[in-house]
Amino acid sequence: MGNSSSMLTQYDIEEVQGHCNHAFSQQEIVSLYQRFCQLDRSSGGFISADEFLSVPEFAVNPLAQRLLRTVDGLNFKEFVAFLSAFSPRATLQQKIEFIFKLYDSDGKGSVSYKDILDVLRDLTGHFISEEQREQVLKQVLEEAGYRKDSSLVFADFVKILGNPGLKMEVEVPVD
Amino acid sequence: MSDPGKLNTSSSELDLDRPNIEDYLPSGASIHEPHGQLRLRDLLDISPTLTEAAGAIIDDSFTRCFKSNPPEPWNWNVYLFPLWCCGVVVRYGILFPVRVIVLTIGWIIFLSAYIPVHVLLKGHDKLRKKIERYLVELICSFFVASWTGVVKYHGPRPSMRPKQVFVSNHTSMIDFIVLEQMTPFAVIMQKHPGWVGLLQSTILDSLGCIWFNRSEAKDRETVAKKLRDHVQGSDNNPLLIFPEGTCVNNHYTVMFKKGAFELGCTVCPIAVKYNKIFVDAFWNSRKQSFTMHLLQLMTSWAVVCDVWYLEPQTLKPGETAIEFAERVRDIISVRAGLKKVPWDGYLKYSRPSPKHRELKQQSFAETILRRLEER
Repeated sequence: MGNSSSMLTQYDIEEVQGHCNHAFSQQEIVSLYQRFCQLDRSSGGFISADEFLSVPEFAVNPLAQRLLRTVDGLNFKEFVAFLSAFSPRATLQQKIEFIFKLYDSDGKGSVSYKDILDVLRDLTGHFISEEQREQVLKQVLEEAGYRKDSSLVFADFVKILGNPGLKMEVEVPVD
Repeated sequence: MSDPGKLNTSSSELDLDRPNIEDYLPSGASIHEPHGQLRLRDLLDISPTLTEAAGAIIDDSFTRCFKSNPPEPWNWNVYLFPLWCCGVVVRYGILFPVRVIVLTIGWIIFLSAYIPVHVLLKGHDKLRKKIERYLVELICSFFVASWTGVVKYHGPRPSMRPKQVFVSNHTSMIDFIVLEQMTPFAVIMQKHPGWVGLLQSTILDSLGCIWFNRSEAKDRETVAKKLRDHVQGSDNNPLLIFPEGTCVNNHYTVMFKKGAFELGCTVCPIAVKYNKIFVDAFWNSRKQSFTMHLLQLMTSWAVVCDVWYLEPQTLKPGETAIEFAERVRDIISVRAGLKKVPWDGYLKYSRPSPKHRELKQQSFAETILRRLEER
């Protein structure tokens, strides 16, 4: 008798919900908790980069390493907060912020030409030459009214990505 | 058992074993539906890739293969709960001791016959082999009896002849015991530590079983050679291989290693499906020792399972070993009602090769380049 959902009390769940702006329902939090425990092989209360990489579908993702810089060593609250950007209930603003933060590697609140180039390199690997990559990026930046030395702030990202919105949703399986 | 510090990307040799995994994975190309001019948004919008990553974190097909599923609780109401308590008393207080006694008697009979036969009949190899085979079948029957195995065998019983191998899906080491009680198979298995390893190197050796260590590349060659030698002999026990190379929870099948399928032999598939009504027969070797696993089986009411001996298959003209392996996996999966996943079971012990990531990068790069040309 007794299952793992009973390990989270109503208070715990509400606290976690508060932490993620109620992006997930209580049942979804319970599901996420089960998944968290499953991924936390060492039962240390947090998921390390190594444990994330033990999921092959995640390990093959081109952005896995970049994501790991933000998600390494997450406890459950942080885990839920991290995933909340992918909830259907998260606002467009939150989703764009998630992407923006991933670009903004030094956390200064602005994304430089080099930042974008780095992400583009992760995404395309050695299938595009470095010069070609720079050329493509310069070209589209200029067409969108930016220059190579201009840095993009969050408002720019909202302008670029906000219309017609983003499709960035993952369903949490609830049993 | 495995040391996370030692994890490394699998060698290129392992890659040869893989079917085209990209057929199963959602490809980047279909998400970035390419048309029109390339704009800044197309480069900045990394949401499809991120969605894939988050999806894998929330739920992934690989982890699901190795998840032990607890039995459905049924003892929740006031009438059934006392019944369940009685059940516990019977299972642990009566059934378990009786089973331990049965197993002990089995071992006494087995050892008291096996040791003299093994030592005294040194000169008469044929006779000795025959008796030893019989004895191993016997001890396996005792094992099955010790968990009140209710096993239904379907299809013709395997016969002994050269140039054929049997392949089966793998849930627990007890698959081997269940199959062995009917036919003295020679099996290819991971070398285990502890008392299981002792049994492997003494008794099972006489059946012509082959042991290896999956982490040692050198072992792969020796095993391949031993395999080829074994299947040629007419008097050898039929060979049994678990091509998944690891225990899966009996809801899924992971990729089959191609080794068994390139011997040039007839491949006879065997499907094993456990009924989880009393106990989950999946051996989660990360969480449980084999002893604990056996104890769990011995304290349950019964282990119910179905074994199907399926139609022998041969390599079709023009078929590669990998395609052949996938075809046989299909046959087994359909029969036992298992879902197929494209993962190599060895990923439990190593990381996927960078090749798969590169495929995603390639499709994205191609989309960009193509759209650039469209201007």
